[in-house]
Amino acid sequence: MTSNSSSLRSPLGRARGLGSAKEGTHHWWVQRLTAIALIPLTMWLVASIVALSGSGYDAFILWFGQPINATVMILFLGVAFHHAQLGMQVVIEDYVSHHGWRVTLNILVKFACYGLATLSIVSILTIAFGA
Amino acid sequence: MVEFTLPKNSKVKKGTKHPKPEGATNTRTFSVYRYDPDTESNPQLDSYEVDMDSCGPMVLDALLKIKDEMDSTLTLRRSCREGICGSCAMNIDGRNTLACLKPIEECKSDVKVYPLPHLPVVKDLVPDVNHIYAQLTSIEPWIKADTPPPPNGERKQSPEERAKLDGLWECILCFCCTTSCPSYWWNGDRYLGPAVLLQAARWINDSRDEATGERLDELEDPFRLYRCHTIMNCTNACPKGLNPAKAIADIKSKMMERLG
Repeated sequence: MTSNSSSLRSPLGRARGLGSAKEGTHHWWVQRLTAIALIPLTMWLVASIVALSGSGYDAFILWFGQPINATVMILFLGVAFHHAQLGMQVVIEDYVSHHGWRVTLNILVKFACYGLATLSIVSILTIAFGA
Repeated sequence: MVEFTLPKNSKVKKGTKHPKPEGATNTRTFSVYRYDPDTESNPQLDSYEVDMDSCGPMVLDALLKIKDEMDSTLTLRRSCREGICGSCAMNIDGRNTLACLKPIEECKSDVKVYPLPHLPVVKDLVPDVNHIYAQLTSIEPWIKADTPPPPNGERKQSPEERAKLDGLWECILCFCCTTSCPSYWWNGDRYLGPAVLLQAARWINDSRDEATGERLDELEDPFRLYRCHTIMNCTNACPKGLNPAKAIADIKSKMMERLG
């Protein structure tokens, strides 16, 4: 914390600032919810990759063709990218104090996460539907 | 606001050595942070060789002995010398604690004494805590009730309701916890920090208070409350053995509780 000695605003005025944002709990809860969901999803993914390791490209394509595998894989990717975006937002808010940079970086991270999530989900669907 | 490089006037220089008093055989070195904003000079670390044979057991005893007998310019806050006023909070041996409760015996041989971290320094070991006090005022730490008090003026509380305040009312506002919290270092302008949030929990959990919802509304904010990432430095630092991290977790769970 640094003091802003050039401002003549009262300490209480500075502490109250722009007031409460009236949000934050939803972000906090979804971050935890996605973290919990990622535990079984990650275990499933690791187990599946271990089971398939050594088999060739065709085996993987066949595996993705199973509706249950495609479904869980899409769930994993959606949840993982959502969790990554929420986590990155917290990191940026923690460490980037400049408001303009903070907003810009958060926008870029959101675009990247949801863009990559969509791309990977469409890729899975393409394999699943054999296009 | 994270700062990877220190501001120019934060680099601590080597300071003056104050040798042991003549005839002293059992001495201990205290390295004390000194800063005087009236001079242009950077802070410095002065060392004092204190005669332990005529010194009390606590770090505060040594600091007062230095001030009385070796260097009267040393500036520090102290009052009760028994861990109830919170004035002598400082960073001793790398940890935030109360100088009056910290036995010299528990410190490493060269006892390093700095002011509480990441606050503007008024002089030597005296930090500027105005912003934290203002944050405390901002959570309105007093009872708020629309129901008029009973004729005898006493708002009653069951023993169970009173027990919910245990672990909260004991806080002496020394701010050892708040100034040990990295999240408070980076975002202290908006994050309320563990001490103030513990006080908020003290009123949220008071059965006599009727403004619980308003209090939660005021804390419902990504910075005021949710900069707490359960780092737990606060609980580690508290010289009164309180658990601010648990109080903050309790506020978060009440936020969830009212959602559904």
